[in-house]
Amino acid sequence: MSDPVLSVRNLTKRFGGLTAVNDVSWEIGPGEVVALLGDNGAGKSTLIKCISGVHAPDEGEIWFEGQKRSFSRPLDARGAGIETIYQDLALAQNLDVPANIFLGRELKHRYLGGLIKTMDDRSMLREASEGLKALDIVFPRLNQPIESLSGGQRQAVAIARAVYWKAKLMIMDEPTNNLGVPEQQKVLELIRKLRDQGTPVILITHTMPDVFAVADRIIVMHRGRKVTEKRAADTEASELVQYMVGALDDDRAAA
Amino acid sequence: MAAHVLASTEAPLTHLQRVLLTISRLWAWLFLALLILFFVATVPVFSGISFLSVRNSQNILVAIVPVLLLGLGQTFVIISAGIDLSVGWVMSLASVLSALALRDSFNAGVPLPLAVLLGLLAGVFGGGMVGLVNGLIIAKLKVPAFIVTLGSSFMVRGLALLWSENTTVVGLPDGVRAYGNDSLFYAIRGDHGGFYIFSPPALTGDMLRQMDRILSWPVVVTILTVLLSMFLLHRTQFGRYTYAIGGNIQAALRAGIPVDRHIIKIYTLSAAMAGLAGFLSTLQFTGGSASIGDPLLLSSIAGVIIGGVSLFGGAGTIIGTVIGALIIAVLTTGLVMLNVQAFWQFIVVGAVVIIAVLIDQSRDLIVGRFSGGSE
Repeated sequence: MSDPVLSVRNLTKRFGGLTAVNDVSWEIGPGEVVALLGDNGAGKSTLIKCISGVHAPDEGEIWFEGQKRSFSRPLDARGAGIETIYQDLALAQNLDVPANIFLGRELKHRYLGGLIKTMDDRSMLREASEGLKALDIVFPRLNQPIESLSGGQRQAVAIARAVYWKAKLMIMDEPTNNLGVPEQQKVLELIRKLRDQGTPVILITHTMPDVFAVADRIIVMHRGRKVTEKRAADTEASELVQYMVGALDDDRAAA
Repeated sequence: MAAHVLASTEAPLTHLQRVLLTISRLWAWLFLALLILFFVATVPVFSGISFLSVRNSQNILVAIVPVLLLGLGQTFVIISAGIDLSVGWVMSLASVLSALALRDSFNAGVPLPLAVLLGLLAGVFGGGMVGLVNGLIIAKLKVPAFIVTLGSSFMVRGLALLWSENTTVVGLPDGVRAYGNDSLFYAIRGDHGGFYIFSPPALTGDMLRQMDRILSWPVVVTILTVLLSMFLLHRTQFGRYTYAIGGNIQAALRAGIPVDRHIIKIYTLSAAMAGLAGFLSTLQFTGGSASIGDPLLLSSIAGVIIGGVSLFGGAGTIIGTVIGALIIAVLTTGLVMLNVQAFWQFIVVGAVVIIAVLIDQSRDLIVGRFSGGSE
């Protein structure tokens, strides 16, 4: 395998007496899809938030693109190229597609040597539609508020936004939740497309079919620890469930 | 395949739905037009004067100035999903401050134009300071805007009464009257008629009565402020951020928008505009009054809501707020001219506010979506 894009080493995060993430290590390489599995409270979200700069880990290291990094804010992680798409997608429902894709990074016209700046809506619309086209996403109209779009379309906008801003690593939290079956398929297809373009994807989910549809490798967490890591080809749903509920545990088996 | 799956799942709207939707979007314009038509038809019958005469329409515009200025700032605040209850008393405080600054600097030998400028600065900055403090407490200490601006409104009221010594600040130089009441244009009817810009000809008696003043300075300043607000809300990143924060504050935060700083700016802007309104009222009445602003607060919010700004945040336009303020002013003036007892104005304006929100809400009903508010 080529050099990992992201490598997490002995990461630990505590909240008071609770150890939410306990000495977890793993890595992800270019064009890889890694599924992060676990029951509620297993530590998946905390682990992800340590990577995306929401939480500062108590122990351990995060290496990204060959450098040791510590992100003190989510913006720093995004600046480095780690894009996280949360379940609520972080879209402004009242704004249209281009406004959402460019939110916080608007393209501008400059007048009087930059003294007066107005938004360049036409360029944002053009760029947005090209960005979506590159992912084979076609909307009838882009200049309508997000709230008039379907769940899958919104997910697509969130993904397109991350791709447009040159995400080098994509973290997706339950991307197929609350979607109809055809839209679930479409989102999985988008994940494959990202992988084919070389962007690694971390997929947080507990939907088993999704895991086997797109993941190359699977990591299962239980009570803050990584209890196993398997290639998708080497395992099956029933075995993963046993890891998820704590019936199986590679660490304990080895010990 | 991709495009296929993501094609819109919503059924296209029927013809009737489209018509209803358009009406519900444009109802404020229609309502304003109907109101004007109604008063144009009825006022001459009851009082023998024409409703849309130059003089009367100018009176309506002058009456709008403070309500609209308070409403413009409030539009930004409410679109960002906040509320600013302090603007009424901020306007009062600014009126007192600018009167004091103007009078005292003039008495100390500052030339009048400069003293007026000092009055402007005192009003706008004095008001803006209140907004800055409001914004800091709302954004940094996370106290709800309703509470903060309610509390600060009481404090500002106290300061305004304290500094005005509970009376009108008088003794302003005579020349101030011209700043607040002279106009951009003057039109003189009759045989020796004419049209003048900036300054009226020297007239006496009958000729003076033949003269119409068009666009008084406070109205001109308000029009400029409207244009500036439109630019700011609809063309700049400042406006985009305002909508984003009102639409989904979490999304705004994750997009890296400096939300706290933006909220502080919005409340400062709102209070500065109230300060401008206070300053203009001082010019207009040649005196500072601590009781000038408070009665206007609820009218200004009513205008904003009639204009289609959503109290949930995220939606609204400047032109809507202008239409809303016009509706209230036309209604009030028209009813007075029809000799309707003044109390009825309140009843009618109140009904219009509620109907406005009902029409806004009907939009979801028309397109057959469940009205779940904002997600």
